[in-house]
Formats: sequence, C-alpha cells, structure tokens
Amino acid sequence: MNKTWNNKAWFMVLPVLLLVAFNAVIPLMTVVNYSVQETFGNNLFFFEGVKWFREVLHSDRFHDSLLRQFFFTGTILAIEIPLGVIIALAMPRQGFWVPVCLVLMALPLLVPWNVVGAMWNIFALPDIGLMGYSINALGIDFNFTRQPASAWFTVIIMDVWHWTSLVVLLAYAGLRSIPDAYYQAARIDSASRWAVFRYIQLPKMKRVLTIAVLLRFMDSFMIYTEPFVLTGGGPGNTTTILSIDLVKAALGEFNLGIAAAMSIIYFLMTLLVCWVFYSAMMRGEDE
Amino acid sequence: MKRTGFLIPLLYIVFLMLPIYWLLNMSFKTTNEILGGFSMWPAEFTFDNYAKIFTDPTWYNGYINSITYVAINTVLSVSVALPAAYAFSRYRFLGDKHLFFWLLTNRMAPPAVFALPFLQLYSAIGLFDTHLAVALAHCLFNIPLAVWILEGFMSGVPREIDETAYLDGYSFPKFFVKIFMPLIASGIGVTAFFCFMFSWVEMLLAKTLTSVAAKPIVATMTRTASTSGYELGLLAAAGVLTIIPGAIVIWFVRNYIAKGFALGRV
Repeated sequence: MNKTWNNKAWFMVLPVLLLVAFNAVIPLMTVVNYSVQETFGNNLFFFEGVKWFREVLHSDRFHDSLLRQFFFTGTILAIEIPLGVIIALAMPRQGFWVPVCLVLMALPLLVPWNVVGAMWNIFALPDIGLMGYSINALGIDFNFTRQPASAWFTVIIMDVWHWTSLVVLLAYAGLRSIPDAYYQAARIDSASRWAVFRYIQLPKMKRVLTIAVLLRFMDSFMIYTEPFVLTGGGPGNTTTILSIDLVKAALGEFNLGIAAAMSIIYFLMTLLVCWVFYSAMMRGEDE
Repeated sequence: MKRTGFLIPLLYIVFLMLPIYWLLNMSFKTTNEILGGFSMWPAEFTFDNYAKIFTDPTWYNGYINSITYVAINTVLSVSVALPAAYAFSRYRFLGDKHLFFWLLTNRMAPPAVFALPFLQLYSAIGLFDTHLAVALAHCLFNIPLAVWILEGFMSGVPREIDETAYLDGYSFPKFFVKIFMPLIASGIGVTAFFCFMFSWVEMLLAKTLTSVAAKPIVATMTRTASTSGYELGLLAAAGVLTIIPGAIVIWFVRNYIAKGFALGRV
C-alpha cells in the first residue's frame, strides 16, 4: 500500500510518544546513571566509568545465569514450536469443537503469572501434588525443591504448559488462511500427507511461525515471575536465570551498580533480538 | 490420521486442565485434609476458603484493586493507540519507521530491568501506591502492543473508504468515529482484550509499585504464601478466582483470538 507523506501525522502519535517515553526513557536513564556510578549511601554518588560493566562481564555469576538462560530458552523452543505445530495440524478445521478447543487452549495464557507458579508448585509437590505424587509412585525419586534435575524438569514443563498454546493459536491462524482450493489441488495430484505439509502448510505458516519463535524467544528472556514463585531460583542457584538474578541484585541486595550494568547488558541483548525480529517481520510484510 | 487425529488436541487439553483441576481440588479441601495426604478429590467438601476471601477485606480489596488498574490501563492504552495506529497505517512521516521500532522495543523490555527505577520515578511524582501508577506503568508494554495490533487490523481496511468519506464531506474526527471505528470494531475488541490480559497477568511491576492502598490480588497471594505458613487451600481458592475473569473475557473474543495473537498480521 502506498502511503501519503504527511508530517502532521506526528500529532496523532504524540500522546503515545509522551506516555511511553515517560515510562521508558526516564527509567532507562536512571539505570544508565546507576551503571556508571558508585555510592556509599547518603545519596552521594561518584563517577566510576565502566567499572561495573567490567565487573559484570567478568563475573562467574553473570556467566552462569546467562548460560542457564540460554539452556532454558533453547529447551522450551525445541519443545514448544514442534509440539504447537503438531497440535495445530491435528485441530479440527471447522465445526462446534473449534471455539471450544480455542477457548480451553487459550486459558493458560490468561492465568496471572504468579498463579501459574503457585499452581505448579501445588501440582508438583512430591507428597500431595498430583504430578509429584504420580512420578514418585512410578518409582522415580522426584522433589523439585531439593533436586536440580527435578527443578529444571518442573520449570520447563510449566513453561510448556503455559505457552505452547500461543504457538498453537498462531500456527492455527496461519493454517486457516490457506484457501480450500490448495487442498483440492493436492488431492487431485494425490499428494502425500507429508507433501501437503511440506509444500502447502509449512510455507503458509512461515510468517506466523517467525512471530511465534521470536515472541517465545523474547518472552523466555523476560520470564521472571513463574520460575521465581515455583523455585525461587533454587535449589541453590540451579534455576536462577537472568531476570531472577537481576532482581536479586537490585531489590534484594541493593547492589545498584552491578544490577544497573546487568540491566543494560540484558536490555541490549533483547534489543538486538528485537531488531532481528522486526527486520524479519517487515521483510515478510513487503513480500 | 482422520480417525485418531482428534486424540492429539484432546490429550493436550487434558494436559492443560490437570493443574487447573488440581488447583480447584485443593480449593475445596480443608487445610487439615490437604496436609493429611494425597487424594484425588476432596473428602470433606468445603466452601470455607472462598467464604474467607469474600468476607475478608484484605482479600476482596485485592481483586477490586486489580480490576481497577486493569480497567484504567485498558481504556488509556486503546484510546491513545487508536489515532497513533491510524497514523502508522495511513501516512508516512519523518522518522515513522524508527518510531515504530522504538515502540516495539518497549514491548520487549524486561520488566525486571525497570522495577527499581519505576519505584523511584513513581515515588518521586507522588503516585506510589495508587491505581494510576500501575495503570501508567503497564502502558509501557500495552501501548506498543495496542498500536501494533491495531495497525495490523487497520491496514486491512482499504484506503478508498477514507477517501470516499472525505469526498462526501466528512471531517476527520467524524469519519474516524462514525465510519472507521465501526469497521475495525473487532480489532478494537481484540486489542482491549490483549491489554486486559497483559495487565491482568503481570505482577512484578504491580507488586513493586504498591504497598497497601492499591495492593493487587497477586501481591496478597504471595504474601499469604510466604507469611502465614502453608494456607494452601486459601491460596488455591484465590488462584481459581483469578482465572475466572480471564475465562469470561476469552469467550467473547474466541473467534478473533488466533488473529489477535498473530498481532493482526495473518
């Protein structure tokens, strides 16, 4: 669509600009400010240059939480994306069950994040939770507050529970935009189920799947509340991913310089991913 | 494939419902029974947990507070996002692409980064512990989202409609309210739903920016979980009650959810 050039359109954007800038620019500047200063209390600050950044980038603590973050993000993407596509392909295409399925599947997305954590906490308790009890009854020793492996398993299955539906809904929306004629043509050519998927459904889903992968990637980088409520980053530090570590440093230990430097690095990483996302989307839009 | 195809969604839905069932199950048990051991359903069925929530002001005020700031945020986000989305979908102007990208980055900004500066900012302007503070703070990610979804929906409306309306002598505000908004009514509904949803489920900022007067239900829940030992039944009942508003609104937008999650871009 060719748009007309009109700089007066700025006036329509102005309210949005002011509101978001108030919320984004001022706090960001505060963070930048802290990240280059040292304080000994009493609101006395000294300029420290890049000391905090150097400290953060060289600390094992940051490396470990970053590594855990990548492990978490990689695992959930590897599970949620294929699973979501499989479920979307198996969904009925029309009829009474479609809205029922959609509403039931979207339900986890609307549960407040700390309730998700609390719910899985109760569900996974080894003595009275359905999941914990069942796994222990199978003869596997399971206790997510003590064993790192169990804790990771619970955190990941919780995220699969919470967000796979997003992938399903996106993939389903992509599938529904395929005209029936495509399928009829495939039937005339007696194409196999795989060929239909590979040459009709997958290309049509490409764009929504890009959105899905990148949304899941970014959201898994931002995730805080659910794992915090479920495990609190424990046992020990085993499930302390980036955001949990950050809040611990900022609000828990009041280690402002370190926390601010971490925030900036963290923010730059999300910004980078965001840019990749945006260019991928816009290229898709132009085609 | 045809005969067993329905099994996959069915199994998935069962998997989704199990933790919710367990929460429901716990909410109808007495504390003694919960701590007594494992059971698939409540033996002594009780409504005590729910009764406590509906009679104790610290509990039900939590719900009122949450709904208040979510409503303010939804109205605010949608109303400022409407003209902005129209500008992005219809006009080119200086720096439009950069602006759009910058807005988008705020949707991706981790709330953990902003928790502390937000606390200081809103304390400094005297809004700490008010509904407005949380509503404004949630604008950070809801306005970009709203602009983005609305822009997707608006770009689906052909420009000829705008031009015809101007030729017929409509002024811009009259055209926008009388003709354009009804055309994208479903888009506005979906956007409002998403603003509601993200404001309702977010808790880090809501908890950081409030202490007593505007304390959201999620904060009340965390405090119960941590201070009064293990009142699991009460916690479960509160959890069930937080799921209900979501389930109600989702029913209204069921036909558009998929398109909405694709940010209006399918």
